[in-house]
Amino acid sequence: MSFAVELTISILLLLGGLFVLVGSIGLLRLKDIYVRLHAPTKATTLGLGGILAASMVFLFVQRGYLSINELLITLFLVITAPVTAHILAKVAMHLEVAPVPHTKNKHLLATAREQQPPQLDNEQDTEKDA
Amino acid sequence: MLNFSIIMVAIMLCAALALNLWRLLIGPHIVDRILALDTMYINSIALILLYGMYNRTPLYFEAALLIAMLGFVSSVAFGKYLLRGDIIE
Repeated sequence: MSFAVELTISILLLLGGLFVLVGSIGLLRLKDIYVRLHAPTKATTLGLGGILAASMVFLFVQRGYLSINELLITLFLVITAPVTAHILAKVAMHLEVAPVPHTKNKHLLATAREQQPPQLDNEQDTEKDA
Repeated sequence: MLNFSIIMVAIMLCAALALNLWRLLIGPHIVDRILALDTMYINSIALILLYGMYNRTPLYFEAALLIAMLGFVSSVAFGKYLLRGDIIE
């Protein structure tokens, strides 16, 4: 394995590890749950992307074929990370977790618990009839 | 050089896991704990991939994929349970 390849893999690895570490520091240090959702869901996805790219380059140089497994993991994480963040934010609003004092639009938090799913057209028609 | 950087990144990932564990233990609300657990899943995927690179084998990708799916499903199940009081209605 030549020096340039090792340098590329090392830079990708260090970038990924740094982002993962920054995400965890943000998870520990930020103030409330709504702010804390930012750090891991963005930074660990990007950090894991760096490590997966390094692994891809490594296997391509070592074995001579392009491995598709890393792309699968990256695709899966890119799809699932926003879904998890959305569900956790909904749970936090449903359980009325207190935000930091200078949060804007705080009155929307109180109404989040009473929100109903959007009604279908025929349901609205029957309500009008009744 | 590659082994050295792999070990450096492994140390960084273990520090990140320790920080997540700290948040999991102190987390003032249960949502914080679920978020910390989800982050720990993602960090352990990275650690398993690093171990595969260290041993020069592509054998660990299936394990990483499995952990990714389990982490997502368990986080969504926790969220659904807290949101609706039930997982499958």
